[in-house]
Amino acid sequence: MSTDRRGFFKNIAAAATLAVLPATAAEAREKKVPPSDAVGMLYDTTLCIGCKACVVACKEANSMPADIDGYGQGLYDSPDSLNQYTKNIIQLYRDAGEESFVKKQCMHCIDPACVGACMLGALQKGKYGVVTYDVSKCVGCRYCETVCPFNVPKFQWAKVAPKIVKCEFCKERLAAGKEPACTEVCPRKAVIFGSYADLLDEAHRRLKNNPGRYVPKVYGEHELGGTQVLYLSHFEFEKLGFRFQQDESVPHLQQSVNHGVYKGFIGPVALYALLGAVMFRNRGNSEKES
Amino acid sequence: MRTQAQPIGGPLLTRGYIVLLTLAAIGILLILWRFAVGLGASTGLSDGYPLGLWIALDVVTGTALACGGYAVALVVYIFNKGKYHPLIRPAILTSALGYTIAGASVAVDLGRPWNMWKIPTYFWSWNLNSSLLEVALCIMAYVFVLWIELSPAFMEKWSVDGPPRLQRVSQRLLPIVNKALIWIIALGMLLPTMHQSSLGSLMMLAGPKLHPLWLTGWLPLLFLMTCLAMGYAIVVFESVFSSAAFGRRPEMPMLINLQKIAAWGGLVFIAARLADLAYSGNLHYAGRLDLYGTMFWIENVLWILPLVMMLAFPRPTLGSIFRGAMVVALAGALYRFDTYLVAFNPGPGWHYFPSVPEMFISIGLIALELAAYVAIVKRFPILAGRTLGA
Ligand code: SF4
Ligand code: SF4
Ligand code: SF4
Repeated sequence: MSTDRRGFFKNIAAAATLAVLPATAAEAREKKVPPSDAVGMLYDTTLCIGCKACVVACKEANSMPADIDGYGQGLYDSPDSLNQYTKNIIQLYRDAGEESFVKKQCMHCIDPACVGACMLGALQKGKYGVVTYDVSKCVGCRYCETVCPFNVPKFQWAKVAPKIVKCEFCKERLAAGKEPACTEVCPRKAVIFGSYADLLDEAHRRLKNNPGRYVPKVYGEHELGGTQVLYLSHFEFEKLGFRFQQDESVPHLQQSVNHGVYKGFIGPVALYALLGAVMFRNRGNSEKES
Repeated sequence: MRTQAQPIGGPLLTRGYIVLLTLAAIGILLILWRFAVGLGASTGLSDGYPLGLWIALDVVTGTALACGGYAVALVVYIFNKGKYHPLIRPAILTSALGYTIAGASVAVDLGRPWNMWKIPTYFWSWNLNSSLLEVALCIMAYVFVLWIELSPAFMEKWSVDGPPRLQRVSQRLLPIVNKALIWIIALGMLLPTMHQSSLGSLMMLAGPKLHPLWLTGWLPLLFLMTCLAMGYAIVVFESVFSSAAFGRRPEMPMLINLQKIAAWGGLVFIAARLADLAYSGNLHYAGRLDLYGTMFWIENVLWILPLVMMLAFPRPTLGSIFRGAMVVALAGALYRFDTYLVAFNPGPGWHYFPSVPEMFISIGLIALELAAYVAIVKRFPILAGRTLGA
């Protein structure tokens, strides 16, 4: 009986060690930095006049259908947010007499949650740090939608063979040496294309040269681990629908914990060996009945 | 004396059984319809709430309720309590059915299920950071492992009275499987440890969209604890149920002990959860009596209730442990459901409520599971113990 007891507690201790492993093994995870060839976009609310030329250009470049379910009453393309027909949108926010337009599309995060989620890497951080989608590896699980802090990926709900719809930074145009359709057509240069590093410099130059004109920060420089699409605004970012202001990237927590447990797959293999060994020692006993 | 597992026998098509089959048939028809019209027309899902009832209930909660096999295997094989052996087969059967149904729900839920086969085979594309990949691979493997663990039950019967071909195969295979069983069972404990904790990791990636009372680096551990408590509870629940339904004598002392583990497990779970929240500084959210604070306390009360019931009524009866087990299962189900749906906030303007077909598909799949359970215990040697009065 007493040896039985001791064995029992030894087993509990072993099991407990393995169980708390996930919580304690969380290791420091390096902060992700943009690739050296990273491109980006810089959008400036003070320059945008809401003409929506970029929305039209985006639809044309991506051969997207018009969304006539919105305010257009069946007459014209009028989405009110990103959706299964719309990868880029201009929205209007109004607050206490002030108003601001804001452009929304994929932020091309430096440490993207969607890429961390996707099982077979249908979503991937590709050339120039652009987050691309490959339908052949997509199972339609919609986990990317669940985790994206900007609610960017959209699902073709109306289709029997649905795909994920999101801005891929006009990857075909980039490959052909062209800039994205949306930045190309903007008549006010409210959204511009460039290398990520240059755009970050440009944003800080504008902040410095126009004191009081902007909320004093470049949204996307640090937020959610940094994004390759950067924003300057004269309006609080929360009010423009940027819900989260945290610096930590979304995948940081989950991947810190997971890397701790699954590093080199040692944890699972060790656990299997332990389970097998304990069972081997206990063999025969399970057949005995009281 | 070994109490040999035996088929229950008796007629299959009782009135209750026909109700189950009808519900299952409705579910299957609706599934066909869902594939014809797409997810938009058949469900209440949206870009804000892309995961709904099928994932939160059938997969996340359903597989935890199907952890009886895992939980009892730990007691028998790791903690070396051989006398619990008679509880294993029925527990493995519910696990095998529960996980198979969860797999079916995933196939119904996926937008592009015809790409599913690529998950285990495109190993060069595996994103090892993805908790969902781990969950998917482990569940696929575990379904397979569970049916192998259960296969002796089928082969024992077939090697006696199966059709000649089946009889020969069974006689040949049975000793081989029995010999390899120890390593398969070890795998059957490793896989749930991995994917049940990963079901927690999965929602860690929702990050700030998940309410701070639920979002923690301990989610994997908390999920593991809940599936074990729910596993023990469901074994108690199921044993009491089949003793009532099939007139068997319940293994009272064992069931009382399992219910004890589940009840104390609830206390450990709350202690871990509160300690973690206090440490992270998020405990103050529990003081707000908004939707989140309220759900948080309902969960905690449900977790502590079985222990209170146990201590308040020190003489356990069949009814009291049955009720206790039900509360544990409910507590775990609510915690998991909340983590996937209630505590998940995609931002203003989004709402989710499952559509009627969505609900009937879930109900249909559960009915199918129950129908299969009844059919299998009536025809194959699963349940041990004597019938009442024997
Ligand atoms: S904004 Fe969303 S979809 Fe775009 S890269 Fe970031 S996480 Fe992915
Ligand atoms: S829906 Fe497709 S792209 Fe999104 S996470 Fe799932 S497999 Fe990846
Ligand atoms: S980069 Fe291309 S796809 Fe993305 S918003 Fe601009 S035009 Fe649309």
